[in-house]
Amino acid sequence: MSIKGEVLIQVQNLTKKFDDNMVLDGISAEICKGEVVAIIGPSGSGKSTFLRSLNLLEKPTGGKIFVEGADITDPKIDIDKHRQKIGMVFQQFNLFPHKTVKENIMLAPVALKLMSQEQAAKRAEELLARVGLPDKADAYPGSLSGGQKQRIAIARALAMNPDVMLFDEPTSALDPEMVGEVLEIMKELADTGMTMVVVTHEMGFAREVASRVLFIDGGKIQEDREPEEFFSNPQNPRLKEFLSKVL
Amino acid sequence: MWENLQHEFYRFFVDNGASSWWINGIKTTILVTLLALVIGVILGGIVGMIRSIHEQTGKLKILNGICVVYLTIIRGTPSMIQILIFYSIVFASVPLNNIIIGGIAFGINSGAYVAEIIRSGIMSVDKGQTEAGRSLGLSSGQTMKMIILPQAVKNVLPALINEMIVLLKETAIIGYIGTVDITKAATLVQSRTYSAFVPLISAAVFYLVLVMLLTYFMGKVERRMRRSEH
Repeated sequence: MSIKGEVLIQVQNLTKKFDDNMVLDGISAEICKGEVVAIIGPSGSGKSTFLRSLNLLEKPTGGKIFVEGADITDPKIDIDKHRQKIGMVFQQFNLFPHKTVKENIMLAPVALKLMSQEQAAKRAEELLARVGLPDKADAYPGSLSGGQKQRIAIARALAMNPDVMLFDEPTSALDPEMVGEVLEIMKELADTGMTMVVVTHEMGFAREVASRVLFIDGGKIQEDREPEEFFSNPQNPRLKEFLSKVL
Repeated sequence: MWENLQHEFYRFFVDNGASSWWINGIKTTILVTLLALVIGVILGGIVGMIRSIHEQTGKLKILNGICVVYLTIIRGTPSMIQILIFYSIVFASVPLNNIIIGGIAFGINSGAYVAEIIRSGIMSVDKGQTEAGRSLGLSSGQTMKMIILPQAVKNVLPALINEMIVLLKETAIIGYIGTVDITKAATLVQSRTYSAFVPLISAAVFYLVLVMLLTYFMGKVERRMRRSEH
């Protein structure tokens, strides 16, 4: 059971069209402080597009998205400022290959003048310890395993001290034996009270760590419930069918 | 034998102003190439960036249009004609040193080729890199400068080095605007000595040495940039 805090992200009737293809067909949702929201659904259902809309990596066709009270779909808004508070972790890690691990983590806080070189270096060391890779500070991403890369990517996003973390299928590109180490870090992060939105195929993670699970199919939220109910007593016929395939 | 060789050396490299032609010629070739390199890389970098930003986001329409016109004209006309136009028309009434005119003309010419190389480099960097940068709150300019360009340049460095070598050799036509470079020095010595072999082979060797020096230097740059790949 989660204690609901204030609303952090509010999505109103979000639509997204790629040419004639309606990917998001009127999504409304609220994400509150401290929540861990897992988003599941078949591929092509629009779940990643929904997540990527939350920091405007995808530009919505219609609808509004409020982040901490500000409408980020307003063209006049300084989106860079808001993105600083929204961390994102990608399926393909997207570490900067020409920078060392430490430089990857320090780059944004220093470039955006939020921290001095020394502060950022100290923060990077703390974060590397937290994700269990303190000895990789001077390594280049090319020398790391997939699981290590994703842990560094999480550390890099955390370096900005975000208010919410978005995860776009963070374990889908990993070899099976590395999935656990990344989920473990995410679980620890959830335990610290971080607000998280996680698009995932890991039903175990959704069940154990999430405070709420959304099922998106056909560009719509088909089900939005607490994990216990969601998995043990699914209502929506499409969710029932989906769960029967993946569980 | 030794005296004979010495005599020949003086005939081709020292006497009748030969020494100053060669020295000035080598200096000119180096200076024009360096100036053109700097102009070409800066201009090409800017044009390449504008073109790729337009391609990826649809922004900068007018600037992109100007760039396309520039690329079409420069790549569609002989560099020989371009340098003559710069010398006899553009800078006809401006008292500029020929080396500077040549550097500008060759720089503008090279910029067009560099631009396309840079553009292909930028397009070769995964889209996820831009997304990662932007998701951290970096502006598009910061993302380009700190994340995309370093990777793009690294990817296209061999092509860029190739363009630099082509540029160095291309400067051989600067003699047409009355400037003594290596090639012009060779033909001057040839006409004074009535002998083609030594001056022309010497010119070839001078170019070869310069190209090898450039290749050696750029190879060092390339190795430094490849550091991150182990």
